[in-house]
Amino acid sequence: MKSRIVVAAAVPLILGLLAACGGGASGVSTSSANDAQGPITIWYSNNAQEVAWGEQMVASWNKLHPSEKVSGQQIPAAASSEEVIGAAITAGSEPCLIYNTAPAAVPTFEQQGGLVSLSSFPGGAAYIESRTGPGASVYKSPDGQYYQMPWKSNPVMIFYNKKIFAKAGISTTNPPLSTYTEFLATAKKLVSSKAAQYAIYPDPSSDFFQSWYDFYPMYAAETGGTELVENGKSTFNSTAGDAVAAFWQQLYAENLAGKESYTNDPFASGAAAMAIVGPWAIDSYQGKVDWGVVPVPTTAGSHGDQVPTFSDAKNIAMYASCKNRGTAWDFLKYSTSTAEDGKLLSMTGQMPMRQGIQQLYAPYFKANPAYTEFAAEAAHVIEVPNVPNSIQDWQVFRDAWSKSVIFGQQSPDAALTGAATAINKLVAATTP
Amino acid sequence: MTSITAPRPKVPPLEGELRPGARPSRRQWLTRAAFGRNPIGMIFGAPYALFIALLFAYPLSLAVWISFHSYFFAAPGVSVPRPFVGWANYTAVLTDPAVRQSFVNIGIFLVINVPLTVMLSLLLATALNAAIPFRTFFRTSYYVPYVTASVATIGVFLFILSPSGIFNHVLGPLAPVPSWLVNQNWAMPSVAIYVTWKGLGFFILLYLAALQNVPDELYEAAKVDGASWWHRLRAVTIPGVRQVTTLVSLLAIITGANLFTEPYLLTAGGGPDGKSASPVWLIYESGIEQNHPDFASALGVLLVILVLLISAGVWLLQRRQA
Repeated sequence: MKSRIVVAAAVPLILGLLAACGGGASGVSTSSANDAQGPITIWYSNNAQEVAWGEQMVASWNKLHPSEKVSGQQIPAAASSEEVIGAAITAGSEPCLIYNTAPAAVPTFEQQGGLVSLSSFPGGAAYIESRTGPGASVYKSPDGQYYQMPWKSNPVMIFYNKKIFAKAGISTTNPPLSTYTEFLATAKKLVSSKAAQYAIYPDPSSDFFQSWYDFYPMYAAETGGTELVENGKSTFNSTAGDAVAAFWQQLYAENLAGKESYTNDPFASGAAAMAIVGPWAIDSYQGKVDWGVVPVPTTAGSHGDQVPTFSDAKNIAMYASCKNRGTAWDFLKYSTSTAEDGKLLSMTGQMPMRQGIQQLYAPYFKANPAYTEFAAEAAHVIEVPNVPNSIQDWQVFRDAWSKSVIFGQQSPDAALTGAATAINKLVAATTP
Repeated sequence: MTSITAPRPKVPPLEGELRPGARPSRRQWLTRAAFGRNPIGMIFGAPYALFIALLFAYPLSLAVWISFHSYFFAAPGVSVPRPFVGWANYTAVLTDPAVRQSFVNIGIFLVINVPLTVMLSLLLATALNAAIPFRTFFRTSYYVPYVTASVATIGVFLFILSPSGIFNHVLGPLAPVPSWLVNQNWAMPSVAIYVTWKGLGFFILLYLAALQNVPDELYEAAKVDGASWWHRLRAVTIPGVRQVTTLVSLLAIITGANLFTEPYLLTAGGGPDGKSASPVWLIYESGIEQNHPDFASALGVLLVILVLLISAGVWLLQRRQA
């Protein structure tokens, strides 16, 4: 009996050790794979417009390149794309290219050994920099390589519901939303007049990325474009950070912003008079909201469309399991060509991260003047910092924000100081 | 008192079996040691043993291994150093205020959920066991939430518990401010009440099955002795279903310790300010979202140990009472 118990106990232990020590399937050799041509698979986002764009783009490529067939599919559904991609990297089942790679997740994917350096292709870095311009450099990893192709941005701005503003007796063509004082006065008027239940309703949940849609755009505007972490140190424990926190704290304390998860889109449903999002959301407002858009406010007042904001960019990355990397690189260039960028803009309303889009696609902006603001803002966006532990940094920040600004359990000043110290430690721990 | 035992018929040993008194050969001894007296039984049990080994024992062993190393998920074929770090991950877990808060939250959850589950399911099962009108309808109705997807029922509860929801309408000025799911004091009790309601159908079913086995004679005898409904419940029903009560308590504890969907969806990721976060939510956050499976594994191992200890305590307590 004793020996059977020993056998039974040893089997799972051995299995565990084997799994822990084993390396799994072998990787792909960089030198040969970079030239390899053949069929590849790509994933793109699952919103209807991007699916339509992706399908036409894949079809047009396949027509021209029958021997290098591309199979496109929507990214599998999950709580976030980052989870799906992270799991796929671990399993070695990721496609060659993913057109939905969040810059904040790139350091983690890189650490996993899941990304192919685009700089390793002949002319790779030059292609990226010539398309995007000097702004491309923020997407460079600390080792100087590009592991992501800056693809499209969604400059985060303030959307407002013209009908609700009119009901509250507020100008719908030039609403007073430029300074914090103006914004708060407008918010109070919207709620006290019962034109809307809430003035604004960013998602109050504690997901690490939610700060990209309340704090970060305003922090970018307030500081003139400072990232959350710069030169290995957090930057937000400052007068600008405190000002943004105090602004949002007042909105929550006076019930001008909702604290609970909302089951629908509160802006589309009319529960909130304003939203703080990028142009990707416009489609969900079609037929529901007559919207206008203004830059995010600052203490001194925002100045037209030159106010820095958060890019909310989604990029393209090539993944390590890809065998036919030569084809993948060619396809990546094809899908980011002037023609395809134009189609992306016209089909999705999202801004290709390409220099001079307003001149290049002038007919589109003439026909859709509401998008001109986004195009102008696209030249002034900032990105999430490209540092290891990026997601953990954002989670630390979000927890502090949630505790102090949303739920008022701590002073924002103390919470931001604590978060800054914790983030500095996390960044220092991974800095060589 | 003497007992009479019938003489056992002599059965000749089967092929391969040892004759009484015969010394086994080394091969026979090894075969028996490895596979037991009835190797065919091992074959029948093998699929389940394999299932346990692959889906429980292997992940648990791997989690223990990971928890003592610096580990992150890497792509296949990528060689990364995974140094042994001793108790460092456990120290990080035990000194993390978010982890401590999550265990406090689970404590609050269990204190509300377990007694409520046991009491309500026993009372409702007793009622549904009696000859009441529409008995089958009620039995089905209580089971519906259990088989309905959590996402759907949570959507309903989000409406019910919202500031303009039915609860606050009924309570009027007595409604908590801020509302239930964003209230520091009410978020976890709200989650506990939701989970109790959701799982009640299953536990009622367990009690209904147990009540079928309580002899009617005991109730009749109690009635003859003049026992009231309450006395019959205390003196006959509760002792009669004690084993199921142990099972219900253990299952409720295990369910509570594995709480994830509710803090994820109902309170938007364990809010407000982590007051409804559970250890499993933190495992997901650190292991999957942040790629720190070493920290997550250490937390998971501690959670397993804690659940085992609590379950053993409950089992011993109820065994002693029995």
